[in-house]
Amino acid sequence: MALIEIRNLTKSFGNLKAVDDISLDIEPGEFITLLGPSGSGKTTVLRMIAGFEDPDAGLIKLNGVDITHLPPFDRDVNTVFQDYALFPHMSVQENVEYGLRTRKVPKAERAKQAIAAIASVKLEETVNRLPHQLSGGQRQRIALARALVLRPRVLLLDEPLGALDRQLREEMQVELKKIQRDAGITFVFVTHDQEEAMRMSDRIVVFNSGRIEQVGTPEQVYEEPRTNFVAGFLGTANIFTADMASKLLGTSSTVSIRPERIRLQALGTKIEKSETSIVGTIHEAAFVGANTIYIIETEFGMKLTVRKTNTELLGQDDSFVAGDQVMAVWRNSHVAQIPV
Amino acid sequence: MSTKSIYKGSRPISSFLLRKPKVRLISLLSLPMTWIVGVYIVSLFLLLITAFWNVDPFTSRVRPGFTLENFILIFTVPAYIATSIRTLFIALSVTAICVLLAVPLGIYMAKIANPRLRNFLAVAITLPLWAGYLVKIIAMRLVFTEEGFFNWFMAPFGIRGPGFSIPIVILTLTYLWFPYMALPVYTAIRQIPPNLFDASSDMGAKGFTTVYRVVIPLIVPAIIAGSVFTFSLSLGDYLAARFTGGATQMIGSIIAANINLNPPVAAAYSMIPIAFVVIYLMVARRTGSLERM
Repeated sequence: MALIEIRNLTKSFGNLKAVDDISLDIEPGEFITLLGPSGSGKTTVLRMIAGFEDPDAGLIKLNGVDITHLPPFDRDVNTVFQDYALFPHMSVQENVEYGLRTRKVPKAERAKQAIAAIASVKLEETVNRLPHQLSGGQRQRIALARALVLRPRVLLLDEPLGALDRQLREEMQVELKKIQRDAGITFVFVTHDQEEAMRMSDRIVVFNSGRIEQVGTPEQVYEEPRTNFVAGFLGTANIFTADMASKLLGTSSTVSIRPERIRLQALGTKIEKSETSIVGTIHEAAFVGANTIYIIETEFGMKLTVRKTNTELLGQDDSFVAGDQVMAVWRNSHVAQIPV
Repeated sequence: MSTKSIYKGSRPISSFLLRKPKVRLISLLSLPMTWIVGVYIVSLFLLLITAFWNVDPFTSRVRPGFTLENFILIFTVPAYIATSIRTLFIALSVTAICVLLAVPLGIYMAKIANPRLRNFLAVAITLPLWAGYLVKIIAMRLVFTEEGFFNWFMAPFGIRGPGFSIPIVILTLTYLWFPYMALPVYTAIRQIPPNLFDASSDMGAKGFTTVYRVVIPLIVPAIIAGSVFTFSLSLGDYLAARFTGGATQMIGSIIAANINLNPPVAAAYSMIPIAFVVIYLMVARRTGSLERM
């Protein structure tokens, strides 16, 4: 049985339908990410699971029990907030003890548990500090410790890494994933960063305009996008609309091909039987370090993005420059059919 | 460079001040310092000195000198001591009632009321500030007078008001000074990030626990700021007692009565509310609540 069952969940703010008839099952112990652009409804779904927003319609069940309209303090879920929401007047230890205190855990026991939780995020030396004396990364860890100390069935994380700089964010991604695996807690993670989502998640739920576009493993949503939106939102995609595909490729459905799956060859060179090629002119060649990004203009105004990994030094391989006529080649099996 | 010379030519005062930080400081502070030192501190100092003078019993004229008689008087005569305690009690009661009303109202306005109702309440709180001080005292007098509104309205229920007395003085002063408590408290509650309320209930706290553990500690600086007004303005007031207190006397009543008869006693007695306020601030400081402001 799914740990969380969401059925036909709907929520409007004024005239805006923030969440529009969403259904989703979350399995015990999984790391599931709600991914989408801002305003796509992912945070609203999270807030409804937490109990901060009351759904207009639909049902949320936790472990088989209907929690749709329960207040937050009666739900066995905890949240890590985007800006951490640490209590500014309480020390680190008081912050972490807060939830234990409302549960009437005796003083000695709650100090023990709080200090163990703070140690698990490696911040023992900060127990007596106030939140404003911590760095952003430290606050983030304390917010995590404060939620984990309550051993919830489900931990909800609302863009918890959004305010951290890139390096720290990547460290925390690894650490969060480890904590989740060790503790065996179900994580529901909200982010708009597709790389972060793919790096950490067992499954990704792609949101757009209040609806779920696709649910699947990172590989599934990347390699088999079911909508144009998913293809474009996760990584870069060259999308041939049905019209373009029939003109250029001779097929009749919408397809998508990733830039890194296309290679460039000089005109007139040989290709395999299992491959497709179209001819175009290089409009732009941009060196971005590890890769060079080519924009190829083909017939009917279709533009292709091609990514070449720079395995050789620049100029030491047969690299093309803007203005060259080239063949863009890809394996037929690398083309993703988009059903809608 | 040509641009530089243009600025030098067109803004001579600004560039002069930019180069002379001392002149800048003097021009900024000379006027307010004249006011604070010249008018405020000097007059308080003169008051303090007067408290050590005495009055010639025959001519009733003030004689400069040095005597502690005035202070001995106000610390030994039971009527003076009782009045000091009564005034302190009234000021503390007014402050306590203001806090008890302002905190729930502030929470309601900041977190529950819709924007229209919130604005209406904010106007309703501040509107009495536009009415004159005496007007409000007379209004309270009319409400609680023998044949006033309160007794008329409550008559069907068999309730009669207490008449002009200490409770009515407390009520009048609360009415007068409530905005000074309500506004800072409301502003402070609005400034609490909404996430803290979510976080508190997320960790199992119900409404009252959140108010007690999160809201109150965070608005203590605002409560102290508001109480400095409600407490010190109540300590110094005498017209509320005079018009709505019946026989009730406050420190201010006695100072007002003595101001022509015996200025040194009035001066000495006016040190009492100052001492109360200083003690009050020291206690507030001791609790540490001013440090996390």
